[in-house]
Amino acid sequence: MDKFRMIFQFLQSNQESFMNGICGIMALASAQMYSAFDFNCPCLPRYNLAYGLGLGFVLNNNVSMLAEEWRRPQGQRGKDPAVLRYMFCSMAQRAMIAPAVWVSVTLLDGKCITCAFCTSVPVETLGNASHPGLSQREMKRVLARIPCKEIYDGQELIANEVAIRYLRCISQALGWCFVLLMTMLAFLVRSLRPCFTQAAFLKSRYWSHYIDIERKLFDETCAEHARSFAKVCIQQFFEGMSTDLAAARC
Amino acid sequence: MDRFRMIFQYFQSNSESVMNGICGLLALASVKIYTCFDFSCPCLPWYNMAYGLGIMFVPPITLFVCGLILNRQSLVMLEEWRRPQGHRKKDLAVIRYMCFSIMQRAMVAPVVWIVVTLLDGKCLICAFSGSVDPEKFVGFANISLVQVQQLLAKLPCKDDELMRNNTSRKAVSRYLRCWSQALGWSILLILIVAVFLARWLRPCFNQATLLQARHWSNYIDIEQKIFEETCCEHSRLFAHKCILHFFKSMRQEIKLHSFSLPRQGEGAEGGEDLLQGITDQDQVNKLLKMWYYEKPPLDISQVTQR
Repeated sequence: MDKFRMIFQFLQSNQESFMNGICGIMALASAQMYSAFDFNCPCLPRYNLAYGLGLGFVLNNNVSMLAEEWRRPQGQRGKDPAVLRYMFCSMAQRAMIAPAVWVSVTLLDGKCITCAFCTSVPVETLGNASHPGLSQREMKRVLARIPCKEIYDGQELIANEVAIRYLRCISQALGWCFVLLMTMLAFLVRSLRPCFTQAAFLKSRYWSHYIDIERKLFDETCAEHARSFAKVCIQQFFEGMSTDLAAARC
Repeated sequence: MDRFRMIFQYFQSNSESVMNGICGLLALASVKIYTCFDFSCPCLPWYNMAYGLGIMFVPPITLFVCGLILNRQSLVMLEEWRRPQGHRKKDLAVIRYMCFSIMQRAMVAPVVWIVVTLLDGKCLICAFSGSVDPEKFVGFANISLVQVQQLLAKLPCKDDELMRNNTSRKAVSRYLRCWSQALGWSILLILIVAVFLARWLRPCFNQATLLQARHWSNYIDIEQKIFEETCCEHSRLFAHKCILHFFKSMRQEIKLHSFSLPRQGEGAEGGEDLLQGITDQDQVNKLLKMWYYEKPPLDISQVTQR
């Protein structure tokens, strides 16, 4: 219990490290969910592509804070668009991590791409395109069964292992390129910032953190107020009851 | 529990040991990713080399860039490099030291990946099976050049129907794995000797300058951290005062506009301060409405000057 509380306190001590903790957990969860997910390719010409391509989205609870600040009436406090932009950027960056992990794990595993693109395998280079008696449609039907080894019947057209190895190689190459691209993008975004807008960044960061803390403190103050209010209300009720009872006895 | 806290505190005590911790975790992660990764050589003439060398070099670049991103000191160094001079001079030796130490730490995970790849051997077998000299091995006589190339390309795939009963497959694999492991161990040995020499010979060159650079790079890092913590504290106090000021001004406004007599709650004195004079449902609703429709200005100078 103590250990849990210590970890919790460490993560909460700084809003940034708390959000980074949440990101890390969501990324691990998405990788774990992918491995738990039982992928079953339909092995039918048009369904393969639809099933194989899917994306996940992650909701972030900073969305409500951003929306509140964006929609509130101006009142006596001006709205700073730079602060809103900062909140949106940092929220979007963190929200992108879990889907990016999902897409990378999907591509590196290869099952999705194999299922989605097995009808596009280049039969001319990898197999015998001149296999007689097969129309375009028939060939697509045969190729669509590549991921399902038990019902695959096109061994003379193109060997099952050759096709699967080819598709998995392409999928993994795409996966690693995607991971490299995302990492480079993250690096550029992080490292170009101190070169251009450092002062504006420090200001936006301070005020975005301020808005978050003010909201939390307001909620805490309201909770304390409600507690005192309830206490006084109940005390008054009991006093009233005891006065009534005393009056009724007399 | 105590031990856990001690380890935690040790790693956080010093920014250098935090960075060493991250570097170690990244190295472990690179080994784990390699073992989890399902390596499947395409066994096709041009694709083998691209796949094998790609798996050997693209993940290390990614790990290197990740190492730079996760290291907080890289941002600190960039900020120190790009900041206007102001009242504080910039020391290039400190910036160089920081850059060097960041690069050193970021190189650990990629080197671990490359060494593990070489010691395992699968990548090199896949990439160079097509470049082996077929005359060194039996089973390639009396076959045309194109067929030899295709056969060599299929060698890394044990389960392929052509390779299942092929005797020269094991010979070629062993040959390539031997080269791969020799390369891996040589690289490891060279690196260990280089690091050893660098550590031993460093005190012979400019030790004083090095100590100064290290001290001031640590200082810059700590100063940045403390500035952020102070800003957090400041914004917390600012928010606290702002909210109290808001409650007080709401109480005054309600006193001005309401005609009801002040309540005589004998038991209410204890909770009076916390209630801030907001004592019925309508007043609470009004306060909450005002909070949304008219947030107070970011100015607590009257509160703090009292």
